[in-house]
Amino acid sequence: MDDRSHKIAYAVFALVVILLGWRVDNQYYLQLMIFIGLNTLLALSLNMLMGYAGQISLGHAAFYGIGAYVTAVLTTTYQVAPILALPAAVGSAMLIAWFVGIPTLRLSGYYLGMGTLGFGMIVHIVFREWSSVTGGASGFVGIPPLEIGPVVFASGKNYFFLVWAVVLLCLIMCRRIIDSRVGRALRSIHDGEKAAAAVGVDTKKLKLQVFVLSAGMAALAGFLYAHLVYFISPGTFSFVASIRIVTMVVIGGMASIWGALLGASLLTLLPEWLHAFSEFEMVVYGLILMSVMIFLPRGLTRGVLDVYERYRKNHDR
Amino acid sequence: MQEILQYLFSGLTNGAIYAVIALGFSMLYSSTELINFAHGEFVMLGALCMVTLAVNLGFPLIPAFFLSICAVAAAGLLFERLAIRPVRHPQPIVLIIITVGASIFLRGIGMLIWGKDAHSMPPFSQHPPLDVAGARLLIQSVWILVILAALTAALQMFYRRTLTGKAMTACAISKKAAWIVGIPTKWMVLLAFGLSTGMGAVAGAIIAPITMSSYDMGTMLGLKGFCAAMLGGLGSLWGAILGGFLLGILEALGVGFITSGLKDATAFVLLLLVLYVRPQGIIGPGEVKRF
Repeated sequence: MDDRSHKIAYAVFALVVILLGWRVDNQYYLQLMIFIGLNTLLALSLNMLMGYAGQISLGHAAFYGIGAYVTAVLTTTYQVAPILALPAAVGSAMLIAWFVGIPTLRLSGYYLGMGTLGFGMIVHIVFREWSSVTGGASGFVGIPPLEIGPVVFASGKNYFFLVWAVVLLCLIMCRRIIDSRVGRALRSIHDGEKAAAAVGVDTKKLKLQVFVLSAGMAALAGFLYAHLVYFISPGTFSFVASIRIVTMVVIGGMASIWGALLGASLLTLLPEWLHAFSEFEMVVYGLILMSVMIFLPRGLTRGVLDVYERYRKNHDR
Repeated sequence: MQEILQYLFSGLTNGAIYAVIALGFSMLYSSTELINFAHGEFVMLGALCMVTLAVNLGFPLIPAFFLSICAVAAAGLLFERLAIRPVRHPQPIVLIIITVGASIFLRGIGMLIWGKDAHSMPPFSQHPPLDVAGARLLIQSVWILVILAALTAALQMFYRRTLTGKAMTACAISKKAAWIVGIPTKWMVLLAFGLSTGMGAVAGAIIAPITMSSYDMGTMLGLKGFCAAMLGGLGSLWGAILGGFLLGILEALGVGFITSGLKDATAFVLLLLVLYVRPQGIIGPGEVKRF
């Protein structure tokens, strides 16, 4: 896609968001769409790392949690204004990502997956056990709503526009990074790290940078989550949550900005639809995950295109 | 002294269980280069099958034990045939998601069959605990250690003495070369899955008497077994056993002398340490694709 079609896509996207926010009044749907927005941020952040740079992370919920807990502690325990807690929340996640990234990103493949998994589990256990600060297993209560100047983001509609504006900005930012020189270097790491290093890409530095960026975006989502629900508990940031983010990226389609949006939407809506199956919810969810990966291993966005192309090729012959 | 011994016993018991789970991970990895995130769920199936057969259906202990292992191994074979073999591009990330999907699926099945309640069963034999220098050693712990020893001996025999075992080792070294010399590699992968999930079932069956078994017990056990396998060296038989015991004992000492809240963290801290310092594990096989 060239530059102009990108701009059209953003415009259409913004229009759809405005239209939805304007027409939808049902609180439940608004809440659901806000969650889709948050999950899109998470999927987008992991997609930068996994889809473009090819580095698996099975502990991404840790950064999501760090963002949420830092703002919770600052705004509630220390009465800091939420808007001032934002840079602290994002910054601390990035700082931790930087420290953890240096040894972890030396690993690759399964070993990298395991390293990030271990990190995620440790952070989750810290949230659960450090009860004097985080409230422990029963969670952290009483997080104040987000106020920016005179505007209070408490109603569903306000928050909807805030979250989706952030999503749009992040989409544009990611797109621009990917289309830049840095983005091409990132994709070269994905295709072959040694080859990339051989043509002069500083792979170590670049991987660390994209890891830190990705952690920052996840923490931003965590910040927004904490001020949306006013209550956070360690369960939200567990291993299962990390896996859910990975699933969004993979189902939506790796290395695709819009795939992150699709994957996040599907995986947010899926449990809502599956409530109809009540007891069978987990069974169906597992089956869907497995079958998508078996039949469309490149995700839905790429997968559908692949199937279509194969069909056309067979037809032309 | 007595206290330390008591912690050591509990560490040995848990360690033996981690070792059995780690063995399952390790042998599957060595012949297929695949990490099965659903392995913990096979442990859960083993435990719950054992409880059902031995308690609810009143089977004698030994048939119940072997029947549940066979049932779970059969489920493992089905899993390979239906979910792993059809994958056309077996990249790590795809296989990770598939096995995670399978673990959610199996947990769902476990919940459907056994409900959300926890189940328990009596120990394998009714003896009072042994008294060793003032510390109590449960008879079930002795059973667990004996079964681990038997399992290790059997595996060692299988890999060293039987043609099938040697063929499997060949597959682990190079699948293509094994195929060229006429080893049916597909069958070997299937067999590896059966053995590995069967081993998971053994782990489940031996802990059923000392813990409450429920549909969601598998995840943590699986992850810890995995940490143990990494600790000793993924793909190595003795590494899995060493890693299991090391993890079990350190965990028990950590609970005893620091705080019980950090019990679960021990495994993951050790995992990170070993990954950073020595990714091939303590006695892992040589080179590791680290870069």
